[in-house]
Amino acid sequence: MTGPTRAGSPPKGCAGPSLAGAAHPSPARKDRPGGSAEPEPFRSGAQSGKEAGAAPGARGGGIRILRLSVEELACRRSGRRVFTGLSFALRPGEALAVTGRNGAGKSSLLAILAGRLRPDAGQIRVADVGEASLPECLHAVGHRDGLKAALTAGENLAFARALLGDARMEPRAALARLGLGHAHDLPVAYLSAGQRRRVALARLLVCHRPLWLLDEPTAALDVASQALLAELMAEHRAAGGLIVAATHQALGLEDAATLAIAAPEPGLDRPSPTPDRDADWRDADVEDWA
Amino acid sequence: MSRALLALIARDLALATRVGGSGALSLVFFLMIVALVPFALGPDLNLLSRIGPAILWLAAVLATLIGLDRLFQADDEDGSLDLMSAAPVPLELVVLAKVVAHWLTTGLPLALASPLFGLLVALDGTGMGATALTLLAGTPALTFIGAVGAALTASIRRGGLILAVLVLPLMVPTLIFGVSAAESASGGTVPFTTPLAILAGLSLIAAVVGTLAAAAALRWSE
Repeated sequence: MTGPTRAGSPPKGCAGPSLAGAAHPSPARKDRPGGSAEPEPFRSGAQSGKEAGAAPGARGGGIRILRLSVEELACRRSGRRVFTGLSFALRPGEALAVTGRNGAGKSSLLAILAGRLRPDAGQIRVADVGEASLPECLHAVGHRDGLKAALTAGENLAFARALLGDARMEPRAALARLGLGHAHDLPVAYLSAGQRRRVALARLLVCHRPLWLLDEPTAALDVASQALLAELMAEHRAAGGLIVAATHQALGLEDAATLAIAAPEPGLDRPSPTPDRDADWRDADVEDWA
Repeated sequence: MSRALLALIARDLALATRVGGSGALSLVFFLMIVALVPFALGPDLNLLSRIGPAILWLAAVLATLIGLDRLFQADDEDGSLDLMSAAPVPLELVVLAKVVAHWLTTGLPLALASPLFGLLVALDGTGMGATALTLLAGTPALTFIGAVGAALTASIRRGGLILAVLVLPLMVPTLIFGVSAAESASGGTVPFTTPLAILAGLSLIAAVVGTLAAAAALRWSE
């Protein structure tokens, strides 16, 4: 399982270009010895009982360092092969824009990275995070915003801040940054879809997490908020953070590497006659309805 | 870690008291069942006070089922469960915190209100106190057993009926010892403390097994 991060491993099958060593010199954290750290095997159990603070410079300081390497990842849902042979590697400050048609498996890829789905094959390796498991190092913002409608925006963010640890900004300041300062004491039920999405994005600011998984982050956002999101992502990357975003739009990641998930070879797998509820709920098709 | 769990309990307590929360729901359901029984049985005070503890316990078991189906389902639907799985806290402790919060908003009010509702079924003072004490000791078992079913049906829409079918048989021992403890307080050959100790033991066992099983069920459904 354990092995050095193979930066720049050639993509196989339908995978897009590998990103390792691609365009970005990471602006910060160049002081770390690059390839010397031995990456840890990914622990798929999302809840390892350890404190997440063992990483060097973990709590209180800046964003934790994280390097992510994915090799030959394959996903199968309800017996249907979604994608195979995805490989990429991300170093601090790098971002990945995942593209592909509806149902290609963008959301499935993010769900696997977040530890909610088990990959059919392949390996995910994280390095330089100490004792923390990958789900403890990431923020996921997706179609389900994780907000309680009966609580105010401030209460939702305060809860996420206490639950996730590694506190950073105050909820009020984070909301103000996203232009929702007035919504701090409003129940989320009163907010529009775009405002809810901005509250969910404010969660990115209230806690330190080095990896952001964004699933169609611009959905329901107006133009000004999209520009703001691009600004936030640029700041996160400048501080050494990683971003994996599934998107149809450019959203300020024009300089980032792109991973295009292509359709699997036809005829290899027949779709399951009984698609499970899980698949139609969480798959990328949902974004068409939103 | 304890800060995260306290935040989770505080959030669930706040949610139960807000609009759409299930805070008073089970208590009202409890009251409805207990209030209807005297109408159905007629004004036979001796009969009512004899079966009063059983009625209160039966109503408590059924009232516990109300709202249990939303225990994990609500968080599964809106993505909060994904948020919790990203926390640096084991899922078992997340489950424990959620179930404790659920008991504080359903089981505890039931136990505290049962002396009042005992008036409706003509319980005497000893019977009221004994029933309240057994409910206090026994409702945690009901909630933790129910949590396993709630976790299993978290991703099933309209899983409430399946939940009831799954967990009701498992609640039978708690019901038996709860009623026998409450009845032994007002006469009988069995001392009160024997079934009460078994009841408390059932609650402790359910707290451990239920927490682990519910967390395993939530992981498995992912």
